[in-house]
Parts: sequence; C-alpha cells; structure tokens
Amino acid sequence: MNGASSNSLTILYDTIRWEEKSLYEAAKKKGVEIDNVDIKNLRIRLNNGSMYADKIVLQRSVSYFKSVHATAALEGLGAQVINPLRVASITGNKLFAHMELQKAGIKTPKAISAFSEEAAISALEEFGYPAVIKPVVGSWGRMIGLLRDKDAAKAVIEDREHMFPLYHIYYFEEFVQRPPRDIRAIVVGDRVVAAIYRYSGDGQWKTNMALGGHAEACPVTKELEDICVKATKVLGGQIVGVDLMESDKDGLVIHEVNNTTEFKNTVRVTGVDIPGMMIDYALSLRR
Amino acid sequence: MVKCPECDAEIKIPSDSIEGEIVSCPDCGASYELVKSATGFDIKPAQVVGEDWGQ
Repeated sequence: MNGASSNSLTILYDTIRWEEKSLYEAAKKKGVEIDNVDIKNLRIRLNNGSMYADKIVLQRSVSYFKSVHATAALEGLGAQVINPLRVASITGNKLFAHMELQKAGIKTPKAISAFSEEAAISALEEFGYPAVIKPVVGSWGRMIGLLRDKDAAKAVIEDREHMFPLYHIYYFEEFVQRPPRDIRAIVVGDRVVAAIYRYSGDGQWKTNMALGGHAEACPVTKELEDICVKATKVLGGQIVGVDLMESDKDGLVIHEVNNTTEFKNTVRVTGVDIPGMMIDYALSLRR
Repeated sequence: MVKCPECDAEIKIPSDSIEGEIVSCPDCGASYELVKSATGFDIKPAQVVGEDWGQ
C-alpha cells in the first residue's frame, strides 16, 4: 500500500468486477487518488503498522475468509476499513447475524440451530417442514436447500456430515411465504440510497441474481428505510446491502446483510450513482 | 489486442482497462485477468469462483 494523502483511498480486491471498476472510475472522476491493492499480493507486518494508521480502505475482496482476516489485520493496525471487523464477522455468519438482529427487535425469519446429525433431525421435527437449510457461512445461494420432508432432510444432513466441520453447524430457517421476489436495499451511511426487487429465475425459488433472476426498481418507503437503517446501525455497518422478504404474515423481514455488497444490478435498474456515493462516504471518514 | 490461449480468438482490451480487471473471450467465453506487461497488458486465466466467494 502506498502512503496516504488527504484525498486518497485504498480499494482491496481479489478480482476487479464491474463494482470495483466503477468505484475506481468514480474516484478518478472526483480527483481522488486510488490505491488498488490485490489482496493476493498483500503482506502485512502485524506488529508494525504505522503505515496503515491513516488509511481508509474499501474492503472489496470477494473471498470471505481473506476479507475478514485482512480487515482484522488492517483495522488492528489503525486503518479505517469499510466495513469494520465487527460487521464483517457478524454479517458473514447467518447465525451470528440472526441473533444480533433478533436481539435488536428487527424482524428476521424464524430459525432453529443444532450441532449434530441427530439433533438436526429432531430440531426439524420440532420446527416443522418445509424448512430452508443454509450454511452459516456462504453466499450466492450455494448449498441452500429447501427441505420439504424428513427424507429430504436426512439425505442433505447425511451429506453435510462428510463435509468440513463448519457444515455441521445446522441452521434452518422457516420457508417464508412471500411474493416470488425479495428486496436488495443498499445502505450508505445512514440512508437507503437505492433498492431493487429481485425476482426468482425460471424454475428457481431462490432470488439470487447469481442464479439467473431479474431485477426491477423498488420504491424506498419509510418502512423499508427504517428497518434497513436500524439493522445497519445495530451491526455497526457503514456500506451494506440488506436483503429482505415481504412475508405474508410478518411484513418486511431481513434475511441477510451483505458486508461487501454487489450493486451492479441496482445501479443498472435504478440509475443511482452508488459508486459515487460510496466514494463520498469513504472520504467523509477522513479524520 | 491479445489472443485467447484457449481458442485463439482475438480479445480486445479496452483503453481504460486497469490491472486485475477481468476480460472474457468473445468466442469461447473463457475469463482472463489483465496483468501489466512491458507493452501494456497480458492475460492470465482468471479465478471466476471460489468456495468462499460471495458478498
């Protein structure tokens, strides 16, 4: 990383996608000096960090484990990382995030957890079917399954027992009855700057854009803004993507908060200059 | 302009490209990462997904 000037930002990445390129372009347009750092080339002396003390780092690493560990190191050495380690740690784990949201009285899907194969089956008997199994750490809809009955549950859980121990932490959510879409709201600082509906792709119940869904603009109502801003504050987030469902029974419920949110589809559909707002926000943190 | 190592098609590198950016072959769809070279950019196979990748 180069030395920081009063008008400089660091972008930490593993791969430069549309999002990272747009941040770079937005910063250039504003005359901001950008230090693009490939996390794969980063070497951090953990006991000597004066060079990081006044850095503002936009953490954009797509690898969760690299992202959270690099954030810990840089923040520990005095850099201001967007988002801070607490946010990265909590939002990166669905069970941790569920507990923080619930403690704050923010509506989130009902869930049950268990820590062995037998307890997981019993938990589902108690919880009821259908239920959604989610890995506590994971993204883009991978390894999320809809369990309609005990036979399906036993098959999936047996497979999980042969995987890395993190997959033996069983986390099940209710299958929320909702329209065939969810909402992605982008929070920058203390406001929702844009939101989209994400519709499931053909033959899919999941709404992840990575799985072929499509997006439409979503109005930012006061209700949407209030719940998203409250969740962001509770988690300590600065720039996050909040995913919500419109539950038939409970209204807006938050099922995920994303620490290194993607925003390409939100910009495409709404026309809002999210990268420009992110750069402005990052610069506003300059002490 | 560089040649795709997979199918030999020509891959155009836009003038505003930056190091680390991903480009795709217009013919076979293979993804490559731009790396700096003496004459501009070269390409190397890009990692397009990892087990812990996400947002």
